[in-house]
Amino acid sequence: MTLKREQLIWAYEMMVLIRRLEESLMDAVAQGKPTYVGHPYSGQEAVAVGVCANLNSNDYLFSSHRAKGWALAKGLDLNKVVAEMWGKVTGASMGRGGEMQMADATAGYMGGNVVVASNLPLACGTALAAKLRGKGQVTVCQFGDGASNQGAFHESLNLSAIWKLPVVWLCENNRYAESTPVEYAVSVPNIAERAKAYNIPGVTVDGQDVLAVYDAAGQAVKRARTGEGPTLVEAKTYRYYGHFFGDKTTRYRTQEEEAAFRAKDCILQFKKKVLEQELLTPKDLESADQRVEVKIAGAMKFAEESRYPTVEELLGDVYV
Amino acid sequence: MPGRELAYWQAHVEALHQEMQRDPTVIVMGEDVAGGAGRTDKGIIDAWGGPFGTTRGLIKEFGADRVRDTPISETAFIGAAVGAAMAGYRPWVELMYAHFIGVCLDQLLNNAARAHRILGSEHKVKVPIVVKTWLHVEGILYAIFTHIPGLKVVAPSSPYTVKGLLISSIRDDNPVIFCDNLALLRMKGEVPEEPYTIPIGKADVKKEGKDITLVGMSNMTNVCMQAAEKLEKDGINAEVIDLLSLSPLDEDTILASVRRTKHLVVVDEDYPRCSVAKDIAAVVADKAFDYLDAPIKTVNSPHAVPPYNRFLEHLYPPNPEKVAEAARSILR
Repeated sequence: MTLKREQLIWAYEMMVLIRRLEESLMDAVAQGKPTYVGHPYSGQEAVAVGVCANLNSNDYLFSSHRAKGWALAKGLDLNKVVAEMWGKVTGASMGRGGEMQMADATAGYMGGNVVVASNLPLACGTALAAKLRGKGQVTVCQFGDGASNQGAFHESLNLSAIWKLPVVWLCENNRYAESTPVEYAVSVPNIAERAKAYNIPGVTVDGQDVLAVYDAAGQAVKRARTGEGPTLVEAKTYRYYGHFFGDKTTRYRTQEEEAAFRAKDCILQFKKKVLEQELLTPKDLESADQRVEVKIAGAMKFAEESRYPTVEELLGDVYV
Repeated sequence: MPGRELAYWQAHVEALHQEMQRDPTVIVMGEDVAGGAGRTDKGIIDAWGGPFGTTRGLIKEFGADRVRDTPISETAFIGAAVGAAMAGYRPWVELMYAHFIGVCLDQLLNNAARAHRILGSEHKVKVPIVVKTWLHVEGILYAIFTHIPGLKVVAPSSPYTVKGLLISSIRDDNPVIFCDNLALLRMKGEVPEEPYTIPIGKADVKKEGKDITLVGMSNMTNVCMQAAEKLEKDGINAEVIDLLSLSPLDEDTILASVRRTKHLVVVDEDYPRCSVAKDIAAVVADKAFDYLDAPIKTVNSPHAVPPYNRFLEHLYPPNPEKVAEAARSILR
């Protein structure tokens, strides 16, 4: 599978947008502005972008902690995402949800989740609904390496296998569950191997190569769309910052390790490849960079100038 | 002319059947709801319809897509029901016994009860799911559910109320916890054949009286009625309120009754600490204290693990004599 020129530009621009948004939020916090950075995603952008390049707006996506990037890649409006980070009423969830609990069902983005692996059962449900409806909608459920140790992961993979649900289980293995390393907490070298226990395909892919992620996820999405059932895709990646903004990573990993992964940065790798293979020009990339800066400046301004929800708006709607 | 009589379980299955017929998005999921049926390739079309027969016959009419046996994976299938509700279906999902909530509360606490508040602002995601669960002495546990904002909790007390509340619960756009009580399974009563609803959030004054208010829920309403008979012999005229909905709570009906009778006993099979009974006592103390002529009494099961021994088991929950004694103690 190859991406067309417009898709390559979209993929590059989206990766840069996610990276630069996070950096802009960090800058805003450093300047004392009242926003949050949330759970850092920098370093992992190729996973969200490579996966979402395969999805339609009526496909369902569930994300988890590092949700900003997934929300944007699935098509959530940038202004709504940034305003939600600021806790403003113009945010995707009226400033009630924050990063992990913002959503927009009209974009097929069903939100992140606070409890690790809590989203996998939900994904079984949207996939069941899609299967009953019979219109070929796919559900992608993103979670981390830590989630693969939860009972909900195992129950959901089994359920999806016996019901042949149109779902892609997307494990984003960034090597650390908070600060606990994957090789300590997970019994298998590749989490994709856990698929064998449920008689579904499992593949491991380089999560820092957006084109490789696009291909692997694409095959899984195709399987789901054509009624062949679920696939477990493990994308091996790395987060540059801590589990949360302010977490000191050097307490549990080495600077050498961080440097080695930064040298394989997904955006740098992509740039190098598309320029070497003459798929895109330096001008294409520069224009995308410029568009990103304009978009982010606009969204940050929109968020900063929006009002906070009223107490009634924050506390209302106990029931629908 | 007396109406048609049905057992509680029959009224239950009739209501499910009528709602599935009315609305093609209603699906039924849970352990043994099809009882291993639906494998038409093996010639197994209909089966026993769950351990208590409350889904009997459904698969024959609605098929295995809509009447779905699940593996014993409560986290996965309760969560899947929540997800299917988010995507436009109306799942009736069975958590076989209330104490099984121990393995799957997360899906209700953090997903079902909250989705509509956080998932989108312009186009709200609704979770029209009903989680049906059987209560028995091993775990009544209303309070775990009523503690959570966003969940509705209902508890029928008779064949008539199970049908009406079941239909209302399925049609409600919020997640509803439907508390069935095993003690009621074979209770008989009049049940109209055509579908009808009972409003959620509204209590029923089952018997009017002037001397004391007895509030019950689920089978405790029947215990209150028996207690009221005993009290009648002592010349005490008790009013009995059938709560029907535990969340939202119909404070108005309770307060109006207490303002007239000036005495209150609340009867609740759940453990006493932080129970619905204690909650109602607190509401009345807060909002109608000046009307009371005596302390409020609550009758719960003991704050202790339920006994296995069948003789002791009978001593464990509230019974008519305990309720009558509580009433007499504040009317002396």
